[in-house]
Amino acid sequence: MATATAQPAKDEALLELQRRMLRQMLLVRRFEEKAAEAYALGKIGGFCHLYIGQEAVAAGSLAALRDDDYVICSYREHGQALVRGVPANAVMAELFGKATGCSRGKGGSMHLFDVSRRFMGGHAIVGGHIPLAAGLGFAIKYRGGDQVCLCYFGEAAVNIGVFHEALNMASVWKLPIIFCCENNRYGMGTAFERVAAVTDVVEHACSYDMAAELVNGMDAMAVYGATERAAERARKTGHPTLLEVRTYRFMGHSMSDPLHGVYRTKEEVEEQKKRDPISQLALKLKEEGALDDPALDALDAEVRAVVEAAVQFADQSPDPDLAELTSHVLVE
Amino acid sequence: MPTLTYRDALNQALREEMQRDPSVFLMGEEVGVYQGAYKVSRGLLEEFGPMRVVDTPIAELGFAGVGVGAAMAGLRPVIEFMTWNFAVLALDQIVNSAAKILYESGGQVPIPIVFRGPNGAALQLAAQHSQAWESWLAHIPGLKVVAPATPADAKGLLKAAIRDDNPVIVLEGEMLYNTKGDVPEGEHVVPIGKADVKRAGTDVTLICHSKTVVPALKAAEQLQEQGVSAEVVDLRSLRPMDEETLVASVVKTNRCVVAEEGWPHCGIGAQVVDIIQREAFDSLDAPVLRVTQADVPMPYNKQLERAAKPSPEKIVAAARRVCYLD
Repeated sequence: MATATAQPAKDEALLELQRRMLRQMLLVRRFEEKAAEAYALGKIGGFCHLYIGQEAVAAGSLAALRDDDYVICSYREHGQALVRGVPANAVMAELFGKATGCSRGKGGSMHLFDVSRRFMGGHAIVGGHIPLAAGLGFAIKYRGGDQVCLCYFGEAAVNIGVFHEALNMASVWKLPIIFCCENNRYGMGTAFERVAAVTDVVEHACSYDMAAELVNGMDAMAVYGATERAAERARKTGHPTLLEVRTYRFMGHSMSDPLHGVYRTKEEVEEQKKRDPISQLALKLKEEGALDDPALDALDAEVRAVVEAAVQFADQSPDPDLAELTSHVLVE
Repeated sequence: MPTLTYRDALNQALREEMQRDPSVFLMGEEVGVYQGAYKVSRGLLEEFGPMRVVDTPIAELGFAGVGVGAAMAGLRPVIEFMTWNFAVLALDQIVNSAAKILYESGGQVPIPIVFRGPNGAALQLAAQHSQAWESWLAHIPGLKVVAPATPADAKGLLKAAIRDDNPVIVLEGEMLYNTKGDVPEGEHVVPIGKADVKRAGTDVTLICHSKTVVPALKAAEQLQEQGVSAEVVDLRSLRPMDEETLVASVVKTNRCVVAEEGWPHCGIGAQVVDIIQREAFDSLDAPVLRVTQADVPMPYNKQLERAAKPSPEKIVAAARRVCYLD
């Protein structure tokens, strides 16, 4: 009878996981929409790369991680930071360049850090953080730990030499890393197939004798499942995994880029929006009777309030003291 | 005090620091089984095993990044480059990761890492293998840069570098590895940021670092025979730079020559001259002169190579000019 009672509990846990992921994805979506507004108002400067459309990747993959695992990202990392639990206030304040930001206003959109959550930064040279992930994995192995390092990068980083250097070392040294390639099809305005001889990123794993999986990045549960398998492999055997997660960004490359641009058609973007990962997960939960419209509306209202409060918090926070200019250049 | 080669002094520093702190490890090309391209890591694989003495593929950018990542997690990597000429491939990790992560994280993530290896010209290795990179590296905030000239300083500065919580560049000299000198046993740590007066004098200051300390000391001997008392100041640390010691010497001698292995344009000597004109302007009796590598890629031919490098003769000639003897 144990199985009969365990089954509904497992289902309930799974539904709970999906509801949690749905909330995280909605939070990211509303956060990014507000970030776009704030950017237009001049509250956010510099480069600002939004995550709208790709939310299922962060939500699905991070759900498979433990608190003591490492996470490292490229410069399109607002979503990962929020899902990892960096408070929306601290992320928005960082975008606003304020002293209360998660990097004290010194990193900005592309350099969100929170070591208390082992969130080891956004890094802004394409591919430059991939060997850093290998180093975090090396440190785990050096200390005999069973943590993993989850590293996000876009498909365009696959054309960078150090991607290959890092994957080779991770495999030859058996480092517990999940290389999560978020293939959103365009490196800025260049379609991947125009610049890559091998367009299935997973194929690169063969060169490094590495496990790999092709994943639907619009399905949070698919991303969760693949990441969980990769994490288990890393914890049990130390072996790295390459995940190619097919996703799509509904916005431009950055805020200085129009919505669809000249490199892709409006029709293509609209077609992709039909695969919206948030709508898909919400629909799935509704079909399973685990969510209804009032509950979804309430969830949306709740995350909107979180984001609204974050904007107010960021707005009202002070700029860093001028003395911050010269602090943290070196450890004194 | 035991006499050691520069190579063995570095080896001793590595061994002692690895014994002292289990978070210190050495990584690079040929550091383990081969015992080091220049044998600096001789015996370390046998003593510490392959997890702490790690042979890498030829992938400078990759393993430099692995080092920085390991430092982000709190380990203390020592990354050996077979030469700094190859480290140019790793500059993205040195400049964009190691030097910046502390700052861009608002102080959350220190990077306690050492990047070390031979720098500057050896003999007839031609253009790509005969370059001095210190002005490139010392330009970058977030890095410390040291360039020891003697076995004792090599040991003491490498130990200081490994214990430092910041990224430290240690520039060694291939032509120095066999030089010998007295090296204190055990705990001998040379603080980063302190120059050293290698020879006292009264008439002219010769400022140098790393390999150019050797020709500068020879030049000082030749000048002594010509009745000129030269003071030789070894910078030892290029970032931070010990302005106080430089300025004190020039205030005493009123004349200065700066020698370096790098090219003249935007070189380390240019920075030294900036300090001296600003802090010792009223003490100068002559413009400061510089002795550098000729402003050309290094030629292979032995005679041309000799003509390109700083030498005792070139330093003597510059010293005589600032003393208005020629």
